[in-house]
Amino acid sequence: MPLPESINLPITSVDKLKAEVFSSLSVTEMKMIAKRLRRHIISTIGKAGSGHPGGSLSAVEIVTALYFRILRHKPQDPQWSDRDRFILSKGHAAPLLYATLAECGYFPVDELPTLRQLDSRLQGHTDRTVTPGVEMSAGALGQGLSFAIGIALAGRLNSQNYRVYVLLGDGECDEGQVWEGAMSAAHFKLDNLVAIVDNNRQQIDGWNRDVMNLDPFNKKWQAFGWHVTEVDGHDLTQLTQAFNRAKLIKKQPTVIIAHTIKGKGVSFMENNPDFHGKAPTATEVEIALKELK
Amino acid sequence: MAQEVSLREAYGKTLVELGRGNPDIVVLDADLSRSTMTRFFASEFPERFFDCGIAEQNMVGIAAGLAASGKIPFASTFAVFAPGRCFDQMRMSIAQPGLNVKLVATHGGISVGQDGTSHQSIEDLALACSLPGITVIVPADAVETAQVIRAVATSYGPFYIRLCRPKSPLVYNEGYRFNLGKAVTMRQGTSATIIAIGIMVAAALEAANNLKREGINCRVLNMPTLKPIDEAAIIKAANETGAIVTAEDHLEHGGLGSAVARVVARHKPIPMEFIAINDTYAKSGTPAELLKRHGLTAKDIEQAVRSVIKRK
Repeated sequence: MPLPESINLPITSVDKLKAEVFSSLSVTEMKMIAKRLRRHIISTIGKAGSGHPGGSLSAVEIVTALYFRILRHKPQDPQWSDRDRFILSKGHAAPLLYATLAECGYFPVDELPTLRQLDSRLQGHTDRTVTPGVEMSAGALGQGLSFAIGIALAGRLNSQNYRVYVLLGDGECDEGQVWEGAMSAAHFKLDNLVAIVDNNRQQIDGWNRDVMNLDPFNKKWQAFGWHVTEVDGHDLTQLTQAFNRAKLIKKQPTVIIAHTIKGKGVSFMENNPDFHGKAPTATEVEIALKELK
Repeated sequence: MAQEVSLREAYGKTLVELGRGNPDIVVLDADLSRSTMTRFFASEFPERFFDCGIAEQNMVGIAAGLAASGKIPFASTFAVFAPGRCFDQMRMSIAQPGLNVKLVATHGGISVGQDGTSHQSIEDLALACSLPGITVIVPADAVETAQVIRAVATSYGPFYIRLCRPKSPLVYNEGYRFNLGKAVTMRQGTSATIIAIGIMVAAALEAANNLKREGINCRVLNMPTLKPIDEAAIIKAANETGAIVTAEDHLEHGGLGSAVARVVARHKPIPMEFIAINDTYAKSGTPAELLKRHGLTAKDIEQAVRSVIKRK
């Protein structure tokens, strides 16, 4: 299937997206979007000359499934009070979130190349004060789950039925605050909260198991009182099913451990910790974009 | 001696009052609700009270999330733990986004007493004042505490409010109205100005009384809003009295003295003296013993005033 220049969707779908709630994209359509997001990630980080491609590429399908299938949101009304919330706790995956928000219509796709430039709305790490659709100023790891818990508690107090999704990195789970949050989300019985761990098994200094072993990861979350699901984090069908099944879990939060590949989609970035926080050169951008055709 | 009343109790009771009037007020604590006195709110509004256990970083993050969803969270623990233990959470989850969180920390300063170094917060004002966008308030007594809590509940934005542990002498009567960002002239005078915060306001007034017998007429300013500080009141005092002594139960670095000195240096350089803790930790002892040991009594203020006047 050829890659469209703009999202190749029926006009009605796009209108629906911009008007209100978007939940009807097929897996094939989402795959096309995922590829576009990867191209944006490579181009924007390449142009910026710095940024975090590895952990942006690994979470593409997770974020695609959420924004184009699961979340109830209105790109034209980012502050809609009943919107489902997506909290990007691993704020270094900002290029992925920006690409997604732009493709949804929160701001023009043309703005993406301003990533990391002076006066750009697209800061190096997410900043809720400048970017439409960004819920949290993140980048200092470990804080997103607590923030999401606050939003989930407010939803319950207000009898609003929005759901809260928070994306964590696996390396981020080294942070003690994550487990303070994990304990409290279960204590507060937050069944309107879903955490997704982008389990790409790598962090800056190398493989998690060598830097700081997280195993048994699944059992840790279970022991903290969470409903735990594991999926192939690049399989859009498994992801959407997991998100939908989580809606049926009552009286406890759900964590989806999404097994992913750091740098997914670009051969020389896959499982290569060098590309955690390094921009591709112009030549590398060219090769990567060819691979993502 | 004026009647001694607990600031913490005034805080706890005011929260209940606010909770009755506004369903968006929510309260968080980190297993210290009996000490911070948020327990009054907890018993009346259990569904709006969140005990986060001994996990202050998580509490601050949850407060931020509640604020981002339109709630008005008051989060409390001891000042050594917030900002002490939660500086990055205060920075990125609250200050940078400018969220409407009211962090009310109790047990500020060495007046904590017998619990010793680990529980005596002597750096919190420096930490809180260093964060862009956070308003920092240090009430002087129980009357002012109640006023401050009411004022910040209706003033959007992040606040850090520091209360002391011991009961403190009342320096205000019930008619007092707190004015955000404004110094309060507690006493007029022309020989020198004593600018004080928190428990040191009562000591400053006592010092001014004693000095009057020597013919020294001190102006006394209470500076409840430490940041942003009332520059106009400081400049006026510098112009009209020609010498300033600051007094705080906090390290000399980064607290009231530093803030006043910045204004003085920029607008009207005059002699200053600083009553504060001098780059050290305190130990266990009664509050009175510790305040004496570290030079934070009315007598110390009097001595500082005599010295500063000589340098005019």
